[in-house]
Amino acid sequence: MNAYPGQPGADVHEEPLVDVRDVHYAIGGHAVFSGLNLQVRPGAITAIMGPSGTGKTTLLRLIMGELAPSRGRVRVFGQDVATLPRERLYALRRRVGLLFQSGALLTDLSVFDNVAFPVREHAKLPEPVLRELVLMKLQAVGLRGAAELMPSELSGGMARRVALARAIVMDPEVLLYDEPFVGLDPISVGVIRRLIESLNRTLSITSVVVSHDVQEINSIAHYAYLLSGGSVVAEGAPAQLKGESAQVVQQFISGAPDGPVPFHYPAPDYFEQLLERPR
Amino acid sequence: MVAVVRPARRPWRLLEALRKLGAVGLFLLRLLGQCPLSLSRPRLLVAQIYNSGARSLVIVMLSGLFLGMVVGLQGYDLLARFGSSSALGEAAALSLIKELGPVITALLFAGRAGTALASEIGLMGATDQLAAMDMMAVDPMRYVVAPRFLGGLIALPLLTAIFDCIGLYGAQLVGVQMMGVESGTFWSQMQSAVGLRDIYEGVIKSLVFGAVCSLLAVYEGFHSEPTAEGVGLATTRTVVNSAVLILLLDYVLTAVFL
Repeated sequence: MNAYPGQPGADVHEEPLVDVRDVHYAIGGHAVFSGLNLQVRPGAITAIMGPSGTGKTTLLRLIMGELAPSRGRVRVFGQDVATLPRERLYALRRRVGLLFQSGALLTDLSVFDNVAFPVREHAKLPEPVLRELVLMKLQAVGLRGAAELMPSELSGGMARRVALARAIVMDPEVLLYDEPFVGLDPISVGVIRRLIESLNRTLSITSVVVSHDVQEINSIAHYAYLLSGGSVVAEGAPAQLKGESAQVVQQFISGAPDGPVPFHYPAPDYFEQLLERPR
Repeated sequence: MVAVVRPARRPWRLLEALRKLGAVGLFLLRLLGQCPLSLSRPRLLVAQIYNSGARSLVIVMLSGLFLGMVVGLQGYDLLARFGSSSALGEAAALSLIKELGPVITALLFAGRAGTALASEIGLMGATDQLAAMDMMAVDPMRYVVAPRFLGGLIALPLLTAIFDCIGLYGAQLVGVQMMGVESGTFWSQMQSAVGLRDIYEGVIKSLVFGAVCSLLAVYEGFHSEPTAEGVGLATTRTVVNSAVLILLLDYVLTAVFL
């Protein structure tokens, strides 16, 4: 395991696998990021946390090169993803797996064919070898017995595990998880958490977990960034974040309904609005 | 504050229409670039010919039969006024092969297969399936869009040929079996009047309509908003734009062939 800046044994000269520098990005005139900086070191589980709407998923899309920042740079494996031509971007994406929040399974393919899909597209493996590979990945997520089912026959947790098997079938070096715990029952959450940990430990996959689930992140992440207001407001080991005095950090960690992130969406004065004549 | 939505002024509407035309053109170029790769994956292509073609077969055959019967009835009534009811075979064949076959089949295709294509691709976008492919370094244009475009392009001329055959049978059913036109006259008039040029005209029209319907369907589906309303609007735009373009292009192609 590689240590992080601030941790004992950290190698500050080690090249980060993902390097986000001074990134600015806006959607429809609304600034999502204004000077975002973060790094993902090889071999560890890095968490990116923050309240809803802080651009966590947008950050993953910037890392995958689907979006381009208006200012700043996102480098993955040392390459500026926003400037890569399509062929080189695709070559880079073969080294990175992404687990979608929805699973995003191809609905007209069975579980087996979903997991086999990237291999069939990128490698000309003989069918018996492909079968072994797919069954091995399904076994890793505990769904070998569901190989012949269609996505419509799966529960939410099962769909996410199949998507995870598909994400690791090409043996990626980095695996990005977009809200992997959302909408799952406690058993499924436990299963996904154990899979993230074991994939990181046994396959040495660098993992980036985007989530707002403080409890789960605390249990698996080696380093965490907390985003708010378009930039990083706190970073460090999850245990360190608990001790942060910044109000926004405390509000997020304690789950307080009101604070620097207000309960009410900006609105005119309530009393005046009630007295206003409807148009 | 309530936002007041004003209709776009004319010059902006024109610019928007030109922008969309340019976007469709660029999309077509990208699509054509992926077509050779799709042709090398015959399994995907055959599946899409089945989806667009075979699944439209019943509606096309039924419509062909009824339209042929109407042509037979109206044609007989009109020609009988001039004492030339024996020319029914010729009139029915030319109107079906050159005009009604390609146009009506294309309109039916836009309504059945075009909407299915647009909504299927739109839903794939809304459920992140297209994004997932892109993230797995698989170009959705190659895997999803190009096979569907080619499937439609190949299926429509085949459907048109079937529509024409069934339509002619319907015209014969009414003209010969019900109205008493002599069977030999009906078929021999048809044989002597219909030339290869007439058949070419029908084939070229159906190819052009197939390209237009399929292109509009995959474009609208691929660019639809990832919401239920967005997919619905994309489906509606596919049918409306296809119908208008089919009729416009039918006039242009007819003028070229005359």
